[in-house]
Amino acid sequence: MNTTALLVLDVLLVFSLLSLAAAALATRDASRSVILFMAFGLVLAVAWARLLAPDVALAEAAIGAGLSGALLLAAVREQPRRALSGDAKPVHERERTSIDVTLQLTVTLLCVAVAALLAWALAEAFDRGPQDTLAQAVSETLAASGVSNPVTAILLNFRAYDTLLELAVLLTAVLGILALGPARPGYQAAGPVFDSLVRWLVPVLILTAGYLLWVGAHAPGGAFQAGATLAAAAVVLRLAGHRTAGLPPGRTLHVVMAAGVGMFLVVGLSLLVLGRPFLGYPPAWAGGLILLIESAAMLAIAATLVLAFLGGRPQPAAGLSGEKRQC
Amino acid sequence: MIDAMSSLLIVSGLAFYLAGSIGLLRLPDLYSRLHALTKADNLGLGLLTAGLALHAQDLLIALKLVLIWLAVLAASAASAHLIAQHARHRETPS
Repeated sequence: MNTTALLVLDVLLVFSLLSLAAAALATRDASRSVILFMAFGLVLAVAWARLLAPDVALAEAAIGAGLSGALLLAAVREQPRRALSGDAKPVHERERTSIDVTLQLTVTLLCVAVAALLAWALAEAFDRGPQDTLAQAVSETLAASGVSNPVTAILLNFRAYDTLLELAVLLTAVLGILALGPARPGYQAAGPVFDSLVRWLVPVLILTAGYLLWVGAHAPGGAFQAGATLAAAAVVLRLAGHRTAGLPPGRTLHVVMAAGVGMFLVVGLSLLVLGRPFLGYPPAWAGGLILLIESAAMLAIAATLVLAFLGGRPQPAAGLSGEKRQC
Repeated sequence: MIDAMSSLLIVSGLAFYLAGSIGLLRLPDLYSRLHALTKADNLGLGLLTAGLALHAQDLLIALKLVLIWLAVLAASAASAHLIAQHARHRETPS
């Protein structure tokens, strides 16, 4: 493709990103705003793909647009009706107090400061030139990492500490969600059309998650994208009326939630016992160990996202009412 | 030859998208808008993927494109049905 066509595409992308963001912020109807935000996420995913970052594009489409959108829509649905229309006035129409104005100013100033910092960092990175970037260091040592996808090599090998701590953050978040109490009862059972879609869509999504996990070793993919896809399957199940969204009951769920951090620690500590540094995989085993950790991380990430969507402890159907068949 | 065929397929696919988008903006009510939108999804995307599949380097990529089309077909049919059903329930509360 020639450069003019690409330039037109880029300008279109930037324009639609900015206008979608503005529209999402300006809309007063909460669910419309969420849908605009999801559209924003999809265009942002295209922008990431255009920046030659397919891994980020996949994550943005699955988590940023898909699951965050589902989460926000569920939150809008749960909001008390009165707050949306009627007695309580929308924020825009309330009388503005001095605290409001101060808050607005502070937030605006903070945003400007962060934007300036980012612009400075970007300019600095351009000045440095390509000779001492991370990409070079990674491509020099990629052969010893056990995988051929540089993004997976960084996340699971070179900077495995970061990913371990990320998973710990997710685990903390999910503990907070469980502390919120029982989840809402959920949605009514799906009609025949939706039910027949769910019957083949859920297995296909699970298969896709496995594919994304496997392909992460040498192409865009990996635990986060696979976990998000698995979580999407559970969200579909939940929307079709399955109260527990396919999550395992009780103790098994706790094991799955902790699986990512747990597997990381088991591998890291075992390596310490064998006389290697913490998470310093021997090159011969690296590929297998990364796949092992990623499989556990995928389950933990999926469980976390699903529990966030449920908004509390899953409630299996009591007695006869509720759940139909388990998929 | 392949280039010409693929361009023809893609351009006719885009025509369906254009018609669908105009329909979405111009048609008066939800049901007819859904009608316009699903045509764009089904035929437009089908022609687009057929055009792109002609350019695929190997059979596997072409198969993946067809798979995407089939997934979108099923999803758009089911979601259009759900939206229409929801709107219908709102109209006639029973």
